[in-house]
Amino acid sequence: MLGEGIIKGMAETARNFLGSYVSDDRLTTVQYPEERTPQFENARQFPFLVFDGSDPLKGLRCVACQICEKECPPKCIYIVKSKDKRPDYKGQMQLYPVTFDIDLSVCMSCQICVEVCPFESIKMDTAYELSTSDRFGGLLVSKPQLAKPNDHYRKIHPTDAALSDAALAAEVAKAQAKARADAEAKAKVAAEAKAKAAAPNPVAPVVAIA
Amino acid sequence: MDWPFLIIAGFTIAAAAAAMTLRNLIHCALAVALAFVGLAAAYLQLNAQFVGFAQILVYVGAVAILIVFAALLTRGGEPSQVGIFSKTWLAGLGVALAVLGVLAWAIARSLVTQDQAPPTAEATVKQIGNALMTEYVLPLEVVGLLLTAALIGAVIIAMRDETPNPVVEDGRSKPKSSAKPTSVGGHE
Amino acid sequence: MTGLDQVFVTLKHWLLGQLANILPNGLLPVVSVLLSIAAIIMVFASLFAIMTIMERKGLGRIQNRYGPNRVGPFGFLQPAADGIKALIKEDLVPRAADQVVHLLAPVMLVVPALLVYAVLPVGRNMVAIDFDAGLLFFFAVGAASELAVFMAGWSSRNKYALLGAMRAVAQMVSYEIPLILSTVSVVMLTGTLSPVKIVEAQAGHAGWLPDWFVFTPWGFAGFVLFMIAANAEANRSPFDLPEGESELVAGYFTEYSGFKFALFFLAEYLSLFAVSGLGITLFLGGWQAPFAALDFVPSWAWFFVKLLGLIVLFIWTRGTLPRLRVDQLMNFAWKFMLPLALINLLTAAVWHYMPPGMPRWLVGGALVVGPYLMLGRGLMAGKHISKRTYRYAE
Repeated sequence: MLGEGIIKGMAETARNFLGSYVSDDRLTTVQYPEERTPQFENARQFPFLVFDGSDPLKGLRCVACQICEKECPPKCIYIVKSKDKRPDYKGQMQLYPVTFDIDLSVCMSCQICVEVCPFESIKMDTAYELSTSDRFGGLLVSKPQLAKPNDHYRKIHPTDAALSDAALAAEVAKAQAKARADAEAKAKVAAEAKAKAAAPNPVAPVVAIA
Repeated sequence: MDWPFLIIAGFTIAAAAAAMTLRNLIHCALAVALAFVGLAAAYLQLNAQFVGFAQILVYVGAVAILIVFAALLTRGGEPSQVGIFSKTWLAGLGVALAVLGVLAWAIARSLVTQDQAPPTAEATVKQIGNALMTEYVLPLEVVGLLLTAALIGAVIIAMRDETPNPVVEDGRSKPKSSAKPTSVGGHE
Repeated sequence: MTGLDQVFVTLKHWLLGQLANILPNGLLPVVSVLLSIAAIIMVFASLFAIMTIMERKGLGRIQNRYGPNRVGPFGFLQPAADGIKALIKEDLVPRAADQVVHLLAPVMLVVPALLVYAVLPVGRNMVAIDFDAGLLFFFAVGAASELAVFMAGWSSRNKYALLGAMRAVAQMVSYEIPLILSTVSVVMLTGTLSPVKIVEAQAGHAGWLPDWFVFTPWGFAGFVLFMIAANAEANRSPFDLPEGESELVAGYFTEYSGFKFALFFLAEYLSLFAVSGLGITLFLGGWQAPFAALDFVPSWAWFFVKLLGLIVLFIWTRGTLPRLRVDQLMNFAWKFMLPLALINLLTAAVWHYMPPGMPRWLVGGALVVGPYLMLGRGLMAGKHISKRTYRYAE
């Protein structure tokens, strides 16, 4: 019969209308500034630089290798290398970035900088309220703002941070083992040299090369 | 002569003059609608409510729309570059003079000029309805029949004629679709 | 009781009495008219504001959303924010537009929408002009808005605007016929075109039902036809083809911005209220109370309660039904509404000449339901309505 469908539809909308006052399950809207949905662990917005220790600028893991700068598809990273060197987490002497800027308005959150970084020093942050009233200076994020402690990384991406920490620890252990082996070898060489000094031996130079 | 009548008459005449002289066809149609409104105001001023409102309902609501639609369907609304005076203005002048003559004759014979007070009976809608349904029922029905006939005629003219084989609208685009070449755009 | 009922009438008389001391006598009629106009504009413009927020919140709830809830308590100051926004927006006029007609069109649309309130009795003794041919005035002035719609669409020099205007005019001309025909039965039985006298004809009670025309078979059919046609006249969903945003941007007011755009909305809602008010006057007993026991409530309150009820109905319909196609729209007008409206005239006449009692109800009901079922089957003939299945999706 004509009009049957209209009656059915009106009943359905009436049910929706009244139901939205009765059950809160129907209202799926998240009222944003007051309410937020929990973020997924792998959410990513904008990169940040990880630092160890307590001083953000001295503890930066970044060694200014500029791989991220070269790989960045929209070319939003700008790095200036330092003239001097300083020890990194392994105790190795490395360069560090004097300037490290990322243009917020150009970055497309692709995470390629994170993928290419060999030093676990640039990671993606989850903060998404990045708007600013200053469209020139405010959108250029520089080193002091980018530097965030490793604890922050552990908090926002626990799984990834654990992996990253393990990789770094393994590297440190490897470096320490190597250093120990080197020291032992050096000690051995020294001992042999001492012995050679005591009793001259023609085999000694070969051992030194090895 | 009182001021309201002068204002209404001036408005109506100005609108009618605009309808004749404006270059854009749609502007002319809108000016005609304005003239209709002026006429309705004149009827209302004479206390003829029914005629006045019917004038607006029929002429502004329907006839003006019809004119405007006809203007849109026939050609673009671009103002024409030819002069506003038609080539057959002499014939038009003759018709206008004839209409003026008839009107003047009617007015001259009417009660106004014979120094008699016209009957002041106010024609209510009820009286008009009674008159239409009793005294003037035959003319009313004849007019209704005429209009119905015109309506059906218009529908028949506008109806697409059902030809057995489809008429090709444009001979170039589909040359092989029909065996024999039909008249190009013949039925339009 | 009468004090509260006539409070606005007394207030106006008191004001006029006070003004008579200051103003010259010749100005008094003008002031009286201006007072009525000011009251109408204030009341119905604020009703427009109330309806926009009600509509947005209601539609939101129908779609399980909150609707606007930020400006003011529960978002009820949203119309004020919208109004300020419309006022301070830039008024853009296309360079190719016909400047004069483009400027006049929104004004031409609002003026008839306001003029029709002159004959609406919103309460006992509360009507601006008691015309003998008030109903005719209402339809005559309402018909002028078609030309304004066309002016808006044509002067914009925009294909969407022109298409929207053509659709709007075609739709309004088509639905004006059932709209007027459905009121003719009321005019036939009351023998008057004056809205005030039509309301008076519906006073009293037959048994436990009030003597409103909607409680008769022909009146009910007429009321439903009238409301459907009114919905189409106001270009509201499901008859919103002229401004179908998915196809025509905004239809005939595509090229309007700022306050002119707001004027189109104002005119649309004002004419909706006006035509709902006429529906109340013709079929729902105007300002009469439904039961004698409720007579102590002022008459104007009843009118606005009924008006709000009809507005809720319009919002509900808009939240429910999808937009029609042009051919469905025209088929519905000419093959369903028009024959039903004509048959309804016969029903009204039969009802009038049969003695009161059960047979009258049976015959009247049959004359309404029978054609409805038959025309409905005719309209649905050849249409297979089922759940749509998709071959590749899903």
